Amino acid sequence: MIGVSQRKTGRFPILSNFYKYIWCVKVLVIEDEEQLLNNIRESLEKEKILVETAMDFDQAIEKALIYDYDCILLDIMLPKGSGLDVLRALKANHKTDNVIIISAKDSLADKLLGLELGADDYLTKPFHLAELNARVKAVIRRKNFDGNHILTLLNVALDIHERELKVNNETVHLNRKEFDILYYFLMNKNRLVTKSALAEYVWGDNSDNADNFDFIYYQIKNLRKKLNDTQAEINIEAVYGVGYKLVEQ
Amino acid sequence: MKLLNQSVKYLSVALLLIVALWAVVFYFSMFNEIKDSIDEELEYQRRLIIHNTLNDSVIVSKENFDENLYTLERIDEPTALALKDRFIDTEILMQDADDQSPELEPVRMLITAFRANEVYYQLKIANPILEQNDLIKALLWHVIGLYTILILSVVLINNFVLKKLWRPFYDFLGQLKSYKIDASTPLPQSNTNIKEFKYLQQAVGEMVEHSLNAYNQQKEFIENASHELQTPLAIASNKLELLFEDEGLRESQAQKLTETYQILQRLTKLNKSLLLLSKIENRQIIHAEEVDFNELVQQNIDELEEFASYKNIQMTLDTKGALVKTMDKTHAHTLVSNLLKNAIYHNMENGTVEIAIDDHQIKISNTGSAKALDRNKIFDRFQKHHASNSGTGLGLAIVKAIATLYQLQINYSFEDRKHVFKMIFGKS
Repeated sequence: MIGVSQRKTGRFPILSNFYKYIWCVKVLVIEDEEQLLNNIRESLEKEKILVETAMDFDQAIEKALIYDYDCILLDIMLPKGSGLDVLRALKANHKTDNVIIISAKDSLADKLLGLELGADDYLTKPFHLAELNARVKAVIRRKNFDGNHILTLLNVALDIHERELKVNNETVHLNRKEFDILYYFLMNKNRLVTKSALAEYVWGDNSDNADNFDFIYYQIKNLRKKLNDTQAEINIEAVYGVGYKLVEQ
Repeated sequence: MKLLNQSVKYLSVALLLIVALWAVVFYFSMFNEIKDSIDEELEYQRRLIIHNTLNDSVIVSKENFDENLYTLERIDEPTALALKDRFIDTEILMQDADDQSPELEPVRMLITAFRANEVYYQLKIANPILEQNDLIKALLWHVIGLYTILILSVVLINNFVLKKLWRPFYDFLGQLKSYKIDASTPLPQSNTNIKEFKYLQQAVGEMVEHSLNAYNQQKEFIENASHELQTPLAIASNKLELLFEDEGLRESQAQKLTETYQILQRLTKLNKSLLLLSKIENRQIIHAEEVDFNELVQQNIDELEEFASYKNIQMTLDTKGALVKTMDKTHAHTLVSNLLKNAIYHNMENGTVEIAIDDHQIKISNTGSAKALDRNKIFDRFQKHHASNSGTGLGLAIVKAIATLYQLQINYSFEDRKHVFKMIFGKS
């Protein structure tokens, strides 16, 4: 959590671990496929997020209505009921938890209905963990940092509204794709972002050509150069042949 | 050959045989009847002549058949006793009213003998009969007449009755011809009370329904199968993503895992494309709304601009008119973006992509390989024009499926060393 760690731990470095515990971001994952659930849990826990799980409709309703979560990941197709009914129950109980629907169904009707019922986002399976991570953080950011549209990490600040990068308060020009890529990396700080995930994020669903990878390599090369030239305290490292990772220097 | 003509053909052959056979039988039986009646007549005349002769005091021999048409001559006793009554067909010289001179005419002749005043006489009585030739000729003409009338009636009956009888069949056939399994046309049906046609209809109906079920099941199967594959694919690639973050991973292991991961990604994309394709073909996700193609194309160009400039490809847009059509927005987006991506991917360094829009079509021309592609296969599934195995081979198949869904025309041509894709919307 870029923003969270800045605000919650920056001011009280000694208490940072304590605050992490107290202010821990809590996410409820409602998913009946155990293996997928484990993957999501493992990935989110790497972000120091407290993960609770529910594997059927009854458990989901119980946990969602009793506790408050920063984000709920909700599968639509559940044993004993529909995820959409979980949404309806939350709405009826005036719960304002952020909900991201994760569904195997890439249906516009479902998407619209889900958003209408109060979901914040809709993610279609299969997804990259980096994508899920970015979506979860974006949703939490929107909730916890109303009005704050600048992602900061060390001496780097990315203005999401103005689509502008500042390093040491100096504006650095980025083209559209470079901006998208940097945003994605900042949302996945210290995490692996595979080339496929990046290509899909940059190109959308129908990216199906190897040219994409060369192009992405080229964009990252430029981005690295720009970060390096402006003495940014972050760097993009290659991870084996499979992807990249944004690290603090 | 039409059923109607075929039945006329068979009937005419059969009738010809029947009529000919009948004519032969009729001829002989008629001939016998005539002979019988003439023979009776001859017997009667014999009695009359013998009676008259016996009453005459003087019996005069009569050697010529004159107008009485008989001869009488004396014969000796043994000859007379040996003679039996007999009828023969022969010819005698006769002069008819219309003949100039006597000529041979066919006659039926009775040869008999009798005794008068101890003297034996031979009596020959002749009765002219019709000439056989005349009879055959007359009969032939009548047979031909009969045959003609029969054939004409058959044709007429066929035309009026059979046509009426077969109408439900032709009606049904017409419907069957225009029936398309993938369109939602109703099953062919035709009103008839004829059992055979009902059976046919039933059989065809069952067959069509069976094929329709199989067709739908197959379509659904592809969709369901790709759908079911989504979650396992997600689990597998996510597990690898987590594994890559494992500190203990060795470089050589990572290498193999990377390859596995990339294959898995390819599988995922293939599956997604298949799912999209079968969804389009199953006519799902239709949210028709007004789509401004000028805006959509511009948006896609902006999207792809950096990528094009990376390959040093010049993209130009020529707007000649406003193109606004009612369509599902995601379909419209997929259509335009697949075509544009195709034009960039299959381009060359320093190439061009020219896009022209007017009020009824979008034309995209791009440089690329110097050879025209096979226009009959280019929109087929899994047609790959490059050796690279990274694409799914479904991009243009998806374009085609969307075009088919909205009844748009999509054409490929190779003009002026450029690959040209034209998407033609009907003029509105």
